[in-house]
Amino acid sequence: MTVLSDEQSAGAETWTPVCRVDQVPLAAGVAALLDGGVQVAVLRTDDGEFHGLSNIDPFSGAAVLARGIVGDIGGVPVVASPIYKQNFDLRTGRCLDDPDVRIATYPIRVVDGTVHVGVR
Amino acid sequence: MSRTLVVAGHGMVAHRLVEALRSDDVDGTWRVVVFGEETRPAYDRVALTSYVDTWNPDVLALPGAEYRGDELVELVLGDPVESIDRGAKRVTTRSGRVQDYDALVLATGSRPFVPPVEGKDLPGVFVYRTIEDLDDIRAAVERARQRRGRPAAAVVGGGLLGLEAAKALRDMGLSPHVVEMAPRLMPLQVDDGGGGLLNRLVTDLDVTVHTGTSTSAIAQDGDRLRASLGNGTELDIDLLVFSAGVRPRDDLGREAGLELGERGGVLTDETCRTSDPHIFAVGECASVAGRVYGLVAPGYSMAEVAAATLLGREASFPGADTSTKLKLMGVDVASFGDAHAATEGSLEVVFNDAVNGSYKKLVVSDDATTLLGGVLVGDASEYNLLRPLVGGELPVDPAALIGPAGGGGGDAVGVEALPDDAQICSCNAVTKGAINAAIHDDGCDGVGAIKSCTRAGTSCGSCVPMLGKLLSACGVEQSTALCEHFTQSRAELFEIVRATRITTFSELIAKHGTGKGCAVCKPAVASILATLGNGHVLGGEQASLQDTNDRFLANMQRNGTYSVVPRVPGGEIMPDKLIVLGQVAKEFGLYTKITGGQRVDLFGATVDQLPQIWRRLVDAGFESGHAYGKALRTVKSCVGTTWCRYGQQDSVGLAVELELRYRGLRSPHKLKSGVSGCQRECAEARSKDFGIIATEHGWNLYVGGNGGAVPRHADLLVSGVDTDELVRIIDRFLMFYVRTADRLQRTAAWLDELDGGLDHLYAVVVEDSLGICDELEAAMAEHVANYEDEWKGVLEDPEKLARFTSFVNAPGAPDPTIAFETERDQPVPVMLGVPEVVSR
Repeated sequence: MTVLSDEQSAGAETWTPVCRVDQVPLAAGVAALLDGGVQVAVLRTDDGEFHGLSNIDPFSGAAVLARGIVGDIGGVPVVASPIYKQNFDLRTGRCLDDPDVRIATYPIRVVDGTVHVGVR
Repeated sequence: MSRTLVVAGHGMVAHRLVEALRSDDVDGTWRVVVFGEETRPAYDRVALTSYVDTWNPDVLALPGAEYRGDELVELVLGDPVESIDRGAKRVTTRSGRVQDYDALVLATGSRPFVPPVEGKDLPGVFVYRTIEDLDDIRAAVERARQRRGRPAAAVVGGGLLGLEAAKALRDMGLSPHVVEMAPRLMPLQVDDGGGGLLNRLVTDLDVTVHTGTSTSAIAQDGDRLRASLGNGTELDIDLLVFSAGVRPRDDLGREAGLELGERGGVLTDETCRTSDPHIFAVGECASVAGRVYGLVAPGYSMAEVAAATLLGREASFPGADTSTKLKLMGVDVASFGDAHAATEGSLEVVFNDAVNGSYKKLVVSDDATTLLGGVLVGDASEYNLLRPLVGGELPVDPAALIGPAGGGGGDAVGVEALPDDAQICSCNAVTKGAINAAIHDDGCDGVGAIKSCTRAGTSCGSCVPMLGKLLSACGVEQSTALCEHFTQSRAELFEIVRATRITTFSELIAKHGTGKGCAVCKPAVASILATLGNGHVLGGEQASLQDTNDRFLANMQRNGTYSVVPRVPGGEIMPDKLIVLGQVAKEFGLYTKITGGQRVDLFGATVDQLPQIWRRLVDAGFESGHAYGKALRTVKSCVGTTWCRYGQQDSVGLAVELELRYRGLRSPHKLKSGVSGCQRECAEARSKDFGIIATEHGWNLYVGGNGGAVPRHADLLVSGVDTDELVRIIDRFLMFYVRTADRLQRTAAWLDELDGGLDHLYAVVVEDSLGICDELEAAMAEHVANYEDEWKGVLEDPEKLARFTSFVNAPGAPDPTIAFETERDQPVPVMLGVPEVVSR
């Protein structure tokens, strides 16, 4: 937990370890709390790939995307907001149901079985 | 100054007249005084037979028939007009009241026709016209039942009204005789062929039919009656009901010297005005241009014509279509146009399927190009299609319209062939043109959209299949695919899962779908897997299929917190448990509200708090209330016989039993139920998916009710059954619904769209027409046997418990986006989370 706000603004990428791989079930997600109160939804597709999105659903303002259903729409890997069911592209944060909306993405990497969330 | 209109009579047509006049007479130019003979306001006499289901006259009440709050209408009941002084323009009532009029409307209706048979006035002989008549018949049945068990009864008259009376007697548990002078039943509506089949179908229903014979005498025989028929047969019976047609009550007009029609009735012109310009006649007492109509629809039309004329507008009675489609004792009968081939040179095309109990006849012009009329008995499904074709050119060979190939007319002709003015929905008078306009201009892309846009298909539902065909004809593709991952409908997937015993979503989508799944198909499949009993809903892969509510076994609220609703079966709760709920709410700072389903909802719990809250609740004997699931919610109840002075049965006891039986059953949508201990219906059972109302004879089961955005009163499925039978039928009903409904389709919408509607449902779950009832019952028995509390299951399993953390890297850390303020002394959410939207 070494992410500092000045590092973010400097564009440096810092990786925060959040959990073990097996703590994120396939086709599901967990929420991680980073410094500064930033919430990241760590989501995993059914073939094991990790993605990081802002945990906050832009349509409701609630921090819930980690609790959405993970699947695909037209071949695009998505998570559906549990509040009003809009789908978000796991790779880009783009909302499939409203092209004007895109949410923040966070890179994820796995090192020795530990999941790390990157902050730019 | 307003003029005075006196209305003599207060039946359905009189009520419609007053309604029409008062709604159009915005300046109040008429003051209305109505004198009714019966002691209650106008009621739905057409539905009189259904009074036997409930013995509650309120069910027949017509809305607004008391004119409460309308100072310009005076309704006088139990005091009929007895004489008219046309010179003084004044009527005198039975009680002696004298009332001047500027205009008088006669709406005295009909009287039952009683043939001049010896003994017709004996005690035990009744007519069939009013609620009081039915009360008297019921009392006679009860007296006879006390004397000798199963009473015997006869109905004189085998027409529409006679068969209605026979149905009422059957519904009271009797097996009546029906005596009809004509050689067949319903002689006015059907021909000999149709009558023959009708006779057979009615006989199957425990009715003994005597056609082609009259009743020659009725004699007292001890405390019973003996009816002698013209053919020598003698019937030993306890009661006899005359229901052999009606005669216009034209006495008032006759005594006042008004002209009468040749076959009775007060003669009027097309504006319903009699030979006295200040007097009108409407409904069954009128002979409009020489013709008397015994149906309510032409009566309504007369009422509107008379009201318009009184307001100085031009209107005239257009004549009436006497086509009818009805269901008598579960037998479909329809008759339209020139049903008896009276047109010169007309030809008949008959399809008579004695095996399947269906008789169909079309009458066509001598060159076989024009449809003139027809008769349908046993299966009247083509009525909606055929009636609009009357008078028009036939699109195909007449035999193809009713023949068995392709399942009958709808397919043979195709809706394309219908003219635009053909009425598709006769209940709400919606034409094909109007429906096509809704599809093309208003963008209706499904049956549901057409229904809400045009009201077509919202009453009896028989035209719903036609709506689908019209959509297809307009090129609107109606896909039943669940979503992009499955081309199958939910019902088809259910059958696949059931037949193949697939137990995981992965296997199902690999073998029968494409892609990875989505927020539509995953919860739907999770529900199917749960209905078919595949362990805990959060077991293994199932957890990731669940919508958030099911995944955390609580209801997500707008700020991402959850509400908690423990089960309180039937709404009955011990004070100690109520105290525990209060203590838990205080301890965890939860907003507390009583729900509409007679339980307590605790709001504002975070994911981390849910297991702690439930630990307390489970220890106190609570279990999951499934408020979060597409599953049985509650069975609401009134207090019933235990406390209530009016209760007929123990409604709380039954509600508890049903709630415990069906708890946890996963279904296409939520299921609500209610049990009322009497007809006052305090539990609002008829707004539920399945509602039960107690009567003195047992339980009445109503299905397909709904509150919400599209309210629907539940339909009576069975009446007067005992608890075992009730539970058996609910088992079948629920399992049949669970197997065949679409995703998120409540029972109300399901029943509306079910091919064949309520009759089909009755056939399947009561008569076992598909032979699946054993299977449905077994499936429910398995559900009941395997039920376990889902929350207890979570608390006992560390792996499942581990999922209940807000942050995987900071267990126990509070979610900084969740905050509360205080409103009316309780916590309510404050939305703090600033959405991190890159662009919006």
